[in-house]
Amino acid sequence: MRSTVWGGVAAILGIGCLTVGASAPAGAEELRIGYLAPTTGIFAQVGTDMINGFQMYLDETKSTFAGTPVKFIVEDTQGKPDIAVTKARKLILQDKVQMIIGGLLASEGYALAPVSTAEKTLYIAPISAADDLTQRQLDKYPYFFRTGWTSSQPSHPFGQWACAQGYKKIDAVAADYAFGYEVVGGFQKSFEDCGGKIIQKIWPPLGTKDFGPYIPTLKQDADAIFSLMVGPMALQFPKQLAAAGNKLSVIGGGTSYDEFVLPFMGDEVLGHVSALQYSAALETPRNEAFVKAYRAKYGKVPGYYSESDYTTALMIDDVMKETKGKWPGPEQFIKLMSALKIEAPRGPVSFDDMRNPIQNIYIKKVEKKKMFGYDKEELWNVVIKTYPAVSQFGQYGKAEFLKQPVYSRDFPPCKYCE
Amino acid sequence: MGAQFWLIQAFNGISYGALLFLVASGLSLIFGVMRIVNLAHGSYFLLGGYVALSVINTTGSWALALPVAALAIAVVGLLMERVFLRVLGFDPLRQVLLTVGFAFLFQQAALDIWGGNNMDINPPAALTQSVVVGGLHLPLYRVFMIAMAAAIGLALWLAMEKTRMGAAVRATVDDAQMARGIGIDTARISMLIFALGAFLAALGGVIGGAFLGVYPGLDFEILPLAFAVVIIGGMGSLTGAAIGALLVGLADNFGKALFPEVSYFTLYAPMVLILAVKPTGLFGRE
Amino acid sequence: MSATGMTSQRIPVAIVVAVLVLVAIVVPLTGSFVILLATRALAFSILAMSLDILLGYTGLASLGQAAYLGVGAYLTAILAARYHIGLGWDFWLVVVLGMLLGAALAAFFGLFAIRATGVYFLMITLALGQCVWGLAYRWNSLTGGDNGINLGSRPRFGIDLADEVTFFYLVLGFFAVAMLSMYVLVRSPFGRSLVGIRERELRMKILGYNTWLHKYVAFVIAGGFGGLAGVLWAHTTGIVSPDTVVLTTSVDALLMVVLGGAGTLVGGALGAAIVIALREYLSTVVPWWQYVLGAVYVLTILYLPNGVMGIPALIRQRRAALGKRDASGLASASS
Repeated sequence: MRSTVWGGVAAILGIGCLTVGASAPAGAEELRIGYLAPTTGIFAQVGTDMINGFQMYLDETKSTFAGTPVKFIVEDTQGKPDIAVTKARKLILQDKVQMIIGGLLASEGYALAPVSTAEKTLYIAPISAADDLTQRQLDKYPYFFRTGWTSSQPSHPFGQWACAQGYKKIDAVAADYAFGYEVVGGFQKSFEDCGGKIIQKIWPPLGTKDFGPYIPTLKQDADAIFSLMVGPMALQFPKQLAAAGNKLSVIGGGTSYDEFVLPFMGDEVLGHVSALQYSAALETPRNEAFVKAYRAKYGKVPGYYSESDYTTALMIDDVMKETKGKWPGPEQFIKLMSALKIEAPRGPVSFDDMRNPIQNIYIKKVEKKKMFGYDKEELWNVVIKTYPAVSQFGQYGKAEFLKQPVYSRDFPPCKYCE
Repeated sequence: MGAQFWLIQAFNGISYGALLFLVASGLSLIFGVMRIVNLAHGSYFLLGGYVALSVINTTGSWALALPVAALAIAVVGLLMERVFLRVLGFDPLRQVLLTVGFAFLFQQAALDIWGGNNMDINPPAALTQSVVVGGLHLPLYRVFMIAMAAAIGLALWLAMEKTRMGAAVRATVDDAQMARGIGIDTARISMLIFALGAFLAALGGVIGGAFLGVYPGLDFEILPLAFAVVIIGGMGSLTGAAIGALLVGLADNFGKALFPEVSYFTLYAPMVLILAVKPTGLFGRE
Repeated sequence: MSATGMTSQRIPVAIVVAVLVLVAIVVPLTGSFVILLATRALAFSILAMSLDILLGYTGLASLGQAAYLGVGAYLTAILAARYHIGLGWDFWLVVVLGMLLGAALAAFFGLFAIRATGVYFLMITLALGQCVWGLAYRWNSLTGGDNGINLGSRPRFGIDLADEVTFFYLVLGFFAVAMLSMYVLVRSPFGRSLVGIRERELRMKILGYNTWLHKYVAFVIAGGFGGLAGVLWAHTTGIVSPDTVVLTTSVDALLMVVLGGAGTLVGGALGAAIVIALREYLSTVVPWWQYVLGAVYVLTILYLPNGVMGIPALIRQRRAALGKRDASGLASASS
């Protein structure tokens, strides 16, 4: 009998504690921004970089956008999409935020977008790059806005660049998941449309560190290897490739060499070329100021995770300036944001009619040099070519592009695979 | 696919197996002697890598990092055994949960201490070269891994077979009660074996750090691999760990190269089959 | 105390019903976030309780129960997102299908797993769970791979489950029915033989019981309930991804049972409430919640071998021990 009373007491106490934490009153005349990123678990560092980027802009403006104080609430998604959803609901329903921002993985993006539709709340994604969120699935998500990129966006001009270099045959090796498929897919379509051939596609599982099984199978009659690696894969692949005596040129997707991994790489990546909408080595006054300030504050060179979030904060501030600090509601906010044209650290950014940025794509090469007055020689992604005002459809017309299916493991099909 | 392809794939598979042997041998001993299922074993591996990075950053010496990191984690293992695991006695379920709890604690602590960046251990330049043998490029670091695994395997075997301590350990594995009966201090043996297991895992972490990297999540990635080796080879058997590691390394390597479609199963499917047919593994005992 | 150190606590049904009624009344009065967490805890509890049948009553510790949660969840998601099945009255059909699929998968896996015991059972269920995870990850055309599948909306059949409170009541109802069925099961002769197998399998064999079959049936039943939990789980947040079947989910389930108290059924629900509160509630309050979770694992194992439900018994034991000491003290003082 006693044990059951205990059970009852425990239940009551438990519910009581939860009730106490329930709805807090919303502050008047402030902009409440909910931010969702992993702060624990294996992606914690990326999440931290994202938050730091946003926070830096808040600190520069003393957490005030156009005279309105900003309340910045960060919630840990733990890298799990369903926890991202529960936290998003908490931010919207309990903290009464006017917008939610963030999401790192494609699965988080796809999980949060429906929440934004259901709760009629603005959701801005600075990082989630899954193509279809602003392409074939856009209609499902009227409150979704993307300030970062689509996975295939840099790949389209990159394919053209590869043709211009005289490459005729390329081996592709990429992490076996949607992001990998989309980056390679965009590259393949563009490269093959200007006369190139992808003669091999290899897909090591996400998280592979020992590329022993894959490297010997790379076809040696190619002109170059295109690799798409993320995180720890990005560190190990070039090393093992070099150790295996590789003689082919190496090019890759933006995340293979971006500033999240670059400081931990060695000389084996010198000369490797990649494409992305941002490089910390971009030699403009705006970027130099950004990089120096970020490095001084957080001790590391900012990558696109941080830049994208900083720029998102900047964009929100710009819209608030237009409304003189008054929150105009999600629909009007989206209208105003779509009409923005700004100078971000990554260069000029505007938006297409599907709520995705139109921006420069930089072809960047890893070089060891001193930059921005720092006194040590370090690895930097030096910009060697700029393709201006690239949209998510690249050199293709929107209608024609949307007719084809989303890039996947089998699309575009490997016609020239030997 | 010519002979060159098969040779290089075999070499890669063997070198991967060498690394797995380092991680799994400790796990196998721990289970064999103490019947403990240690789900924090992957954490020892990762922490070894992190401590090595700290040593390299402060002293600049990679060679020093190897013993220092291994010893440091051996101490951690010792404490864990002495203070927490000994209390539980033989109870696989509770061991699993206790060690998983520690794995979570270690993961968070590592994040707080070293941050979450994907890091890499840089071995001395000499080891990053490749040696060309018969037209094949053999990365020296892989050769080093094989050599280390062989050396350690040999040292362990000698200790087990030729020393009195080793005999005591083998007695404890075979029949702990009888061993106590003839005066062997099984409690001390347990403690030493656990520390040795942690030592080996951490050493694997330092050596693996240059090959796999050092980053959050590596602990739970390496853990199923270590278990696969121990299960296939048989718990408590060093020979089993060696053969198991070789088999897993080769199977995983060839599986991924030849049948990439099933790359997520090349590890778990054989494990299930072996467990279903001979639960104690190839060289294990009941 | 039994050989395995577990006791079967007896809790009067009336008290459980009273607590359920209390929950039904109090939770909807809290904020939406708490209602959502309570719903998730109730859905996951069904999985935890099914694991308790395996662990607490049969003595089989499985590290792969998330697989059954996963197939139920993916089935629901695929039917809803691709074929628009399960969003009306056919929701009940999906429930039945989910249970059948969970049971079927367990029937298949059980053929491999039930031969093993102890550590080997842990390992083989771990490996089987990982196979399901691998499938969820690789079979892109079916599962969407790492993008996961979005369900879009909750079902409506006369009532609109998009309303959080309505959905909460539905899940609470399922929880109550599941708990009741499991209660009937463990009180039945079949359930009692499971306990017998947990305690002394050899003796049961000698007495003529087909212990393999008993364990197998328990495993299949647990799989069925796991599938049910999966169907509900998919609808709580509307997204299913390989993360649903990752190893940590299975480990969490095991912790929930042990934390709450193995062999009590109710313990699983209690443990689920605590772990979900830690992962999804505490993490909104403090950044160091992972340390709390790890500490809960460690301290539970060390100091609460019978879980939270075992606390009253522990207190009683302490009091009895103290009482004896006092009595002997009085005796010696008065002599």
